[in-house]
Amino acid sequence: MSIVSPGKRKNVLPLSVGLSLVWLALMLFLAFFADLLKPYDITTMDLASRLAPPLSSGHWLGTDELGRDVLSRLLQSIRVSLFIAFGATLISAAFGTTVGFLAARFGGWVEQLVVLMADFQAALPFLIMSLAVLAFFGTSMWLLVVLMGFYGWERYARIARGLALSANAQGYAAATVQLGATPSRVYLRHILPNVASTLIVSMTLSFPDIVLMESGLSFLGLGVQLPETSLGNMVGFGRDYLTTAPWIVLSPAVIIMLTTLAISLAGDWLRDTLDPTLN
Amino acid sequence: MIRFVATRLARSLMTILAVMTFAFVVLRLSGDPAKVMLGPDTPREAVDAFRQQWGLGQPIWAQYFHYLGAIFSGDFGMSMRDKSPALQLVLERLPATLIVTVPALILQVTIGVSAGVFAALHRGSIVDRGVIVLSILGFTIPSFVMGLLLVLVFAVTLHWLPSGGSGTWAHAILPVITISVGWIGSLARFSRSATIEVMGQPYIRTAMAKGVHWSDVVWRHALPNAATPIVTLVGFMVGSLVAGAVVTETIFSWPGMGRLLISSVANRDLAVVQCIMLLVAAMMVCTNLIVDLLYGWLDPRLNARHEN
Repeated sequence: MSIVSPGKRKNVLPLSVGLSLVWLALMLFLAFFADLLKPYDITTMDLASRLAPPLSSGHWLGTDELGRDVLSRLLQSIRVSLFIAFGATLISAAFGTTVGFLAARFGGWVEQLVVLMADFQAALPFLIMSLAVLAFFGTSMWLLVVLMGFYGWERYARIARGLALSANAQGYAAATVQLGATPSRVYLRHILPNVASTLIVSMTLSFPDIVLMESGLSFLGLGVQLPETSLGNMVGFGRDYLTTAPWIVLSPAVIIMLTTLAISLAGDWLRDTLDPTLN
Repeated sequence: MIRFVATRLARSLMTILAVMTFAFVVLRLSGDPAKVMLGPDTPREAVDAFRQQWGLGQPIWAQYFHYLGAIFSGDFGMSMRDKSPALQLVLERLPATLIVTVPALILQVTIGVSAGVFAALHRGSIVDRGVIVLSILGFTIPSFVMGLLLVLVFAVTLHWLPSGGSGTWAHAILPVITISVGWIGSLARFSRSATIEVMGQPYIRTAMAKGVHWSDVVWRHALPNAATPIVTLVGFMVGSLVAGAVVTETIFSWPGMGRLLISSVANRDLAVVQCIMLLVAAMMVCTNLIVDLLYGWLDPRLNARHEN
């Protein structure tokens, strides 16, 4: 035990994390108010000014091959991509945590089944599995969100199971059981709040992965479908105009990079401050 | 040791079975397999022959065993696009994928691990900071953006390398770099923290206190212990390598398995999709098995623990 508490220094926000949080706040703001902020509808074509470079009159970020405003499409894409990533992260956390708690509660064959499911997930790269499912069922926005919602569930399951087992070994869970609480009450009202911070930290760690996964699928033309747009989608379609109109690709690419970077930095910082035990 | 290998082997087989079951269930859920696999404008006789061959008139559990039997005997169905066996089609594309993924794997492991270990041993130096920044950049830039940036710089602006296609070794350079970059970053970051953790252990301090030469401390005491977590990550990497190849081959029009997968998904050529999925899973399971066996060799304590 040292006399000078090392805990004090942790409260100082590093500049990189501060900038990341500002960037994320900006992205959330743009996503929420995309409808009000975008100067044009995303499908409005201005055929007279096709492939206009950035800063041309009326189009701050230029236009694409059909004369559609890149800024408007970008704002809508931020909204769609963040919506998918957010929905998917929530599904994945909810599913993984439930499965982890079930494994901890019942053990035995339930636990074996969860292990087998985790092995299955480890044996099949997520992109390959998603492509296969999309090939069989066709693409739709809801299928995409649900599919992305399976990304990284095994991480939550592992964490939730481990934490639940150690919580059961502690006094408070045993005490509530002794008081006659049902298992679901013990898990949801007593154990969950105690393990929530660790789960939230791992949500911030898997969020950038989901953003990248969705944009990758959309880039390949198998994620978000026309006429809707997403960040990966814009890069995918803009690819054909890389030499003549690189701005179509660059603006969504920069947004993807800065956003994943910002969440990674903020997530790492959150992990280090809130939960030094989490690997 | 034999028990350890046997349980690992049994678990791998279970996993393979789980993946095959997944493929079976997804195929049955998506509608009539005969129509889905053969396409809409197939003559009635061909559909009936397919039903007969795959035993589609039988109860579902019989269909399941029929399906497993067919897969194990190498019958993955026919590609509906060019009416040749799916397996053959996929195997034809395999060498092209290996040409870009194997060098990428070698680059990732050599550069990633050595940069990470070097940074850990020179903690706080300029090189260390550089490695941290570059590795963070490496895994936040999506591979499709990386590929397009490389094309923009080396093909469009500098005209040094072709922007896509195949034929000469020059065509393979940009794809290999695109596949490597992200994982070099992750591997460097991971090796760095694994090495730092090992260097903080008491046995390293003991070795240094005994006067063991610095290079011996690193090579004989630290690295073998840091190797276990790094090997785990390399095992994971092999799977992502295939996923990386899918995106990269599409960007560079590289005629490998990944591009075949994308075009098959787009055309709903399900026999090919299923064949690639099962092959990738089999490859991943083998890799994980090898990694598990390597553990026992790298860290004999694990075997001892298992035997007790």
